[in-house]
Amino acid sequence: MADIRTRLGDWTLDNPIIPASGTFGFGQEFAKLYDINILGSFSFKGTTKEPRFGNPTPRIAECTAGMINSVGLANPGIDKVIAGELPKLRGIFKKPVIANISGFSIDEYKYCCERIDKEDGIGIIEVNISCPNVHAGGMAFGTSPEAAAEVTRAVKSVTHKPVYMKLSPNVASIVDIAKACEAAGADGIALINTLLGMKIDIKRRKPVVANKMGGFSGPAIFPVAVRMVYQVYEAVKIPIIGMGGVASAEDVIEMMMAGASAVEVGAMNLTEPGICPKIIGELPGLCDSLGIENITDIIGAAHC
Amino acid sequence: MNGVINDMEQIFTLTKNTPIAKDVYRAVLRGDTSRITVPGQFVNVKLDGFFLRRPISVCDWTIPFMGDEGELTLIYKVVGKGTDAMSRLKEGAELSVLTGLGHGFDVSASGKRPLLVGGGVGTPPMYGLAKKLVRAGISVDVILGFNTAEDVFLADEFEALNDLYEFGCEGFEGKKPEVRVYLTTVSGETGTKGFVTDCVPKIGECTHYYACGPIPMLKALKAKMAETFPDAEGELSLEERMGCGFGACVGCSVETASGFKKVCTDGPVFPAAEVFCE
Ligand SMILES: Cc1cc2nc3c(=O)[nH]c(=O)nc-3n(C[C@H](O)[C@H](O)[C@H](O)COP(=O)(O)OP(=O)(O)OC[C@H]3O[C@@H](n4cnc5c(N)ncnc54)[C@H](O)[C@@H]3O)c2cc1C
Ligand SMILES: Cc1cc2nc3c(=O)[nH]c(=O)nc-3n(C[C@H](O)[C@H](O)[C@H](O)COP(=O)(O)O)c2cc1C
Ligand code: FES
Repeated sequence: MADIRTRLGDWTLDNPIIPASGTFGFGQEFAKLYDINILGSFSFKGTTKEPRFGNPTPRIAECTAGMINSVGLANPGIDKVIAGELPKLRGIFKKPVIANISGFSIDEYKYCCERIDKEDGIGIIEVNISCPNVHAGGMAFGTSPEAAAEVTRAVKSVTHKPVYMKLSPNVASIVDIAKACEAAGADGIALINTLLGMKIDIKRRKPVVANKMGGFSGPAIFPVAVRMVYQVYEAVKIPIIGMGGVASAEDVIEMMMAGASAVEVGAMNLTEPGICPKIIGELPGLCDSLGIENITDIIGAAHC
Repeated sequence: MNGVINDMEQIFTLTKNTPIAKDVYRAVLRGDTSRITVPGQFVNVKLDGFFLRRPISVCDWTIPFMGDEGELTLIYKVVGKGTDAMSRLKEGAELSVLTGLGHGFDVSASGKRPLLVGGGVGTPPMYGLAKKLVRAGISVDVILGFNTAEDVFLADEFEALNDLYEFGCEGFEGKKPEVRVYLTTVSGETGTKGFVTDCVPKIGECTHYYACGPIPMLKALKAKMAETFPDAEGELSLEERMGCGFGACVGCSVETASGFKKVCTDGPVFPAAEVFCE
């Protein structure tokens, strides 16, 4: 049977499957459905300094092979996450977890990462830079190499934990952003976040979600994600967590061949809650049938 | 996936799928209903070709018994492509259903004679609730609101609950529970002309009410009840666009008097005092 263990820096994961931030809460809902300790890890809901309701509802729209969400980082705030969610999480999940952090200013990122730095059981801090910078007219941090590097440096200055910068695909050159993050000291890159999308209700002649636009994700975006992981792999030496539209064990292999060391599964958890255990179950057999002995052998295999 | 995923996801077999009013269908499915425990819960139905599941209230259900599967009744209106596809499904079709979702009505809070209000496709869960109450020996007043005569459904089934006691209830030496149905249509073709709120003054007494229907109806009803029966407490079933239906995506948040809640897991049923407080 193939060995499906993988590595992110010094951290060895039992398998490359990681539910993506925002689609797995803090693990509680899924812990009722299956033993979540079979996962490689999971990335918890994007956490900000202050509690947030998020955007007005409706904030979910269905699209072909995917969905738009404008949840808007609804979360209880870092203090409640640390005081309330993390202790509960440790009760149900025995492996290191990925802490997904968001902010609307450099200080906010720093504040959250400083707090998380003191916590045990965190494998990686995954810094979501798709959020708008309130001090720069709302332009997302992740859309300029300078701003992305600034967040990276700020976060690295307050934590010893591995920092993975989570990139937005809504940029002219994802490679430039990834390189800027690496140069600023990032330990890894996670990509992609959702694509900015829109769905219009043709009967009401209005966008479906109250916020008009939202993040598009699900199987429809998979080829875009594979392409971006492939490009970033050529440009950086640090490990990559690949995500975007992953829906099967085949997709996981494809994403890893593009250059991902581990793979996150997002929207599919919402519609098929058993998707991650299913993929983990199928992965060794699929590897065998493809002649893969160690799954780490295929990381970046599509590059020649 | 069997053995890994718990009983939330079940495969149901469609045994009936028939029109009962204009664009409204009754689907009867067989499968493991054991996760459905209270009226007002919902299920999330996977349809081929659609990314998101479709949330539909449990109208009625039987529990699996002595090796027999349970039966689940859903009543749905065709309003878009998903429900249209559902209406075309044939008997024998197998459907993946996330079952027993949400927090339903509190049957134990009913008081002596609760009022049940259903508006349009908000009516189905009120039927399951009425049945539970009658089985417990409790009389109910039911106000149903539809637009026109051709939209009306379930009114006869509510009336028929008057006979349920004969078969279903033991141990109530007292009076047979009564179900009094007040039907309203906006067009006035059948029942009383007007809205559900117009019928509220006809109810003799009320300390507890339950409702499901469009948001404007729920808001108007809450106001009308506060005016007519100031001491009555209510439970309202809300609707929101859902990404998952089981608490994972925070897509379905609603602001309540006691903070932000998820319609799918904290609701869909909320105390009336907690919602529409603006
Ligand atoms: C808890 C709950 C219980 C419900 N119970 C019933 C019921 O018993 N009978 C019934 O007829 N309808 C019920 N609905 C509404 C039903 O979910 C929608 O009518 C249905 O999803 C529409 O799907 P569609 O593909 O036909 O419409 P489309 O408009 O094509 O759907 C597009 C997307 O929007 C979503 N959507 C559209 N309308 C609604 C809505 N009103 N509420 C939530 N999501 C919506 C769909 O699920 C889908 O993801 C309920 C909704 C909720 C949240
Ligand atoms: C409902 C929802 C909420 C999300 N919330 C977050 C979040 O809080 N932080 C974050 O970094 N990404 C968030 N994402 C993005 C996902 O983590 C992931 O990057 C993206 O959806 C692409 O993967 P997918 O196609 O498998 O969904 C969210 C996605 C969805 C669907
Ligand atoms: S629909 Fe996902 S949390 Fe309610």
